Amino acid sequence: MALMQEEVIRAGDSESQWSPALDNRLVGLWAFLATVAMLFAGFTSAVLVRRTSPDWQPIPLPGILWMNTILLIASSMALERARALAGQERPREARGWVLAAALLGFLFLSGQVGAWQQLRALGIFLPSNPHSSFFYILTGVHGAHLLGGLFGLGYLLVRPRRAAALNLWATYWHFLGGLWLYLFVMLFVV
Amino acid sequence: MLTAPEIDPVHAPTGFIRRYIFSTDHKVIGMQYLLTAMFMALVAGALAMLMRLQLAWPGQKWPLLARIFPDGMAGGVMKPEFYLSLITMHGTLMVFFVISFALLGGFGNFLIPLQIGARDMAYPFLNMLSYWTAVPASLIMLASFFVEGGAASAGWTSYPPLSAVREAVPGSQWGQTLWILGMAIFIASFTMGGLNFVVTILNERTKGMTMMRLPMTIWTLFIASALGLLAFPPLTAAAILLLFDRHFGTSFYLPAGMFFGNKLLPHAGGTPLLWQHLFWFLGHPEVYVLLLPALGVVLDILPAFTRKPIFGHRMTMYSLWTIAVLSMIVWGHHMYVSGMSPYVGEFFAIGTMAITLPSAIIGMNMIASLWGGTLRFRTPMLFAIGAISLFGTGGLGGIFLGNATSDIHLHDTYFVVGHFHYMIGGVTLFGLLAGVYYWFPKMFGRMLNESWGKVHFWVTLVGFYSVFFGMHFIGLGGQPRRYYDFTKFEFLKPFTEMNLFISIAAFVLGAAQLLFLLNFFWSWFRGTKADSNPWQAATLEWSAASPPPHDNWGEKLPVVHRWPYDYSLPEATEDYAPQIAAPAGGRSGSWR
Amino acid sequence: MANNVVRKRPLHRILLAAGMWLIPVVAVIFGAGNWLPPLASEHGAGIDGILRYLLITVGALLVIGHLVLGYFILRFGGQERVGPFRMPSARTERMWSLVPVVILALVAEGGVLVLGLPVWDKFYASAAPADSVVIEVTAEQFAWNVRYSGPDGKFGPTDPKRITLNEPLGLDRSDPATKDDILVLNEIWVPLGLPVQILLRSKDTLHSFFLPNFRVKQDAVPGMNIQFWFVPTKVGTFELACAELCGLGHFEMRGLFHVLPREEFQKWLSEQSPAQ
Repeated sequence: MALMQEEVIRAGDSESQWSPALDNRLVGLWAFLATVAMLFAGFTSAVLVRRTSPDWQPIPLPGILWMNTILLIASSMALERARALAGQERPREARGWVLAAALLGFLFLSGQVGAWQQLRALGIFLPSNPHSSFFYILTGVHGAHLLGGLFGLGYLLVRPRRAAALNLWATYWHFLGGLWLYLFVMLFVV
Repeated sequence: MLTAPEIDPVHAPTGFIRRYIFSTDHKVIGMQYLLTAMFMALVAGALAMLMRLQLAWPGQKWPLLARIFPDGMAGGVMKPEFYLSLITMHGTLMVFFVISFALLGGFGNFLIPLQIGARDMAYPFLNMLSYWTAVPASLIMLASFFVEGGAASAGWTSYPPLSAVREAVPGSQWGQTLWILGMAIFIASFTMGGLNFVVTILNERTKGMTMMRLPMTIWTLFIASALGLLAFPPLTAAAILLLFDRHFGTSFYLPAGMFFGNKLLPHAGGTPLLWQHLFWFLGHPEVYVLLLPALGVVLDILPAFTRKPIFGHRMTMYSLWTIAVLSMIVWGHHMYVSGMSPYVGEFFAIGTMAITLPSAIIGMNMIASLWGGTLRFRTPMLFAIGAISLFGTGGLGGIFLGNATSDIHLHDTYFVVGHFHYMIGGVTLFGLLAGVYYWFPKMFGRMLNESWGKVHFWVTLVGFYSVFFGMHFIGLGGQPRRYYDFTKFEFLKPFTEMNLFISIAAFVLGAAQLLFLLNFFWSWFRGTKADSNPWQAATLEWSAASPPPHDNWGEKLPVVHRWPYDYSLPEATEDYAPQIAAPAGGRSGSWR
Repeated sequence: MANNVVRKRPLHRILLAAGMWLIPVVAVIFGAGNWLPPLASEHGAGIDGILRYLLITVGALLVIGHLVLGYFILRFGGQERVGPFRMPSARTERMWSLVPVVILALVAEGGVLVLGLPVWDKFYASAAPADSVVIEVTAEQFAWNVRYSGPDGKFGPTDPKRITLNEPLGLDRSDPATKDDILVLNEIWVPLGLPVQILLRSKDTLHSFFLPNFRVKQDAVPGMNIQFWFVPTKVGTFELACAELCGLGHFEMRGLFHVLPREEFQKWLSEQSPAQ
């Protein structure tokens, strides 16, 4: 009967009638970035609440943070260059820029540790006061996420993938760069 | 840009390990979650039985238990520290490691590809990783019972300072630390799963499966996953800060002037209210993460056993979304008497009452879905109707608590315990059980025994009401939560019989679930064989074999032509049309 | 198909409908009972009013919902189709949705706005009257430290650094304001009909000051001084319980709240020896 007839298509033809506008992995990445954003939203509200306490004592801005910020911005720019080159089908040059971005990212992370050391030299440790606690913890959590990104870039270098993979890691990387700018402003400017 | 899913449809894995242990097949993973949930339910249920034992007969000696729990029940009498670890872990395990595992991990994984016409999830490897992250999280939680000081004892809500100061209660030594680690790993597992669900539902639907042709199970899983992805991270942040307060000398939650164990603690400037805000920011949406999929299951089961679509499909959809959005702005109703600003409290009360509106629409629509139907009283339907009753009773009870003023009297009493057990222990449990009885044939190719199922239903329904209905009233009487015994207060003496009755009912309720477990495992191997569609249901999973092959659909993916609820169509000879049935010429011959 | 044979007039049609109708019966029996602790405060009448209002309105919804559910089960249970099935129009479904929306808006939201907020505001947002008896309560694991300010009307300063086993509040006994402070453990004495203002503190973890008969509940938060007031309207001795998990002794943190006629309260007060 007409009602019970199946229309069938062959295996491998996995066309959905509703063509996904975005690649599977990109949608997943954006969902994941929303999660990370909410994590730092949680931390932000903690900062805002804790700031109202009379014992809030702003710590001095470790000078190296300026350089770290520039390094991270530079690494994002390098990654963008790599993306453009990969899009132009110039994978070997793209790899070079990915390597540059990774190195800059590694320098950023080292610089973050350097910032910790600058504070420790001043006698400001993690539990010293709430501002320092947040500084250590937020830079730590951000740094951990960036380390993950670094592994991703390393993976891209070791096993060259399609342009799509570079796209994903670059998006993640830029997000973390933007997140760092946000943390910097929240902790030291506002 | 279009992408084919990166799964090789034809080559099933070989070898026991790849097929059943480290499998990337969503059906296997779903069953792994379900079985893990059942095991954790046994543990968490046993904890509850011990709790009720203590509350019914406080001060009683139990020599057998003293041998099983030499620390917690030394001399045969339960110690208060043991009791507090029981309530804490009962709540924690049930919420995260039973209901979430079973409904989202179990049904979500098993059903999503089958109901949307895909061969597997978008990220099969990540899926496997999510389960194998869930397992260590569970083990850490279980291990926490055996460390010094015992398991965490600050309630599943883990409020500091009790949870932050190691001297405050024995469970706040290593038990609480393990709790935090277990939760962090659980959240990682949930995140992986949630990402998978969201992307799969958006991107992996088969030809013809538009979003509006998705069954309610998928919609609610989608909404719940999105909600969970957004709501869990602040708890992660809170947990990290708690870890630092506990072990690294920070003062996020800890104010100055706390005097514990004969010494003044060095902390200063923190506030316990910060934890409460961050916790409940997750905590409230979390209950909807659990509740919504249960409602979705019920909403999908009703059509198959009423032979008609549910009433108010569109309004129900809008209501589900409204509830999800509103659920993120009402968390303060857990904190009315916490010391939070009363003006903020007013805001939360008004918002909380707003949630009753879409909830009532859903409740009414579920009841109205029976109108004009041809009701078939098989076990899944019984549990579905039971869920409707529990949703109504429990949800209405919530109104007393959402009103900040009445909550002054009811906060932290057994009224709250009664209410939330109805919602996340009742509706979710009945939705879960309805789903298990319904989809068991799809999973195992056999039917669960119907007679035992009916006995299970009745004992569970009567048992559930017996345990939790009365709690609302002793709550009105002021009986506080988390009390190790009720014998120290005169005003609690009138409730002694009720507490005894509740305990006995709880034992019966627990025993009935053992009957279910017997049915489950016996039927798995010896149940009546089922064909692909024993319920004559229209949703897409019933067009696959029972159980489906590794690639779900064989050589050819299904193509969908209708929404999932084409029952009793006017011109049809069959009383239902599966989603793959082509309409007889254009778009006619379908309700939608 | 053997799996789905349905008997006519199934047993469960009767059983399930009966079950659904039994629930409202049980609900009414319970709801009609007298569960609330005897009322002893002014604002508590407002809270009791809300509770009774909700018991009636929400109870009615529970009853109606289950009666309807049971009726539908009875009417539509069975193999025969009751008349041809017509899918309701979208408009019908929308119209019917208005029913729960309007009812709940009135019952639930109305309850909050009309009944709840006025009582809430009075309890929390209005200043304690000038003739209040002010009592400081400092909760600790597992006792209630009660302090009266004495004739000078001033509470002596406390400092956590001075806390010892003998000095649970960390008082400075040499301070003049402290000299006439009256310290009581686990008992509070108040006069009938005058406002009582509680200054609630905690020495260690969270506790909660719960007077069931007075419909009073307020969490005690370390690091915060929380104030609230209420008016006792009955003479007698009532119990004080802790309502926020605070550790091993949470269940036995019992205090006594004595309401005396005014002259007797004055007499009691004058008989107390101050902290020396």
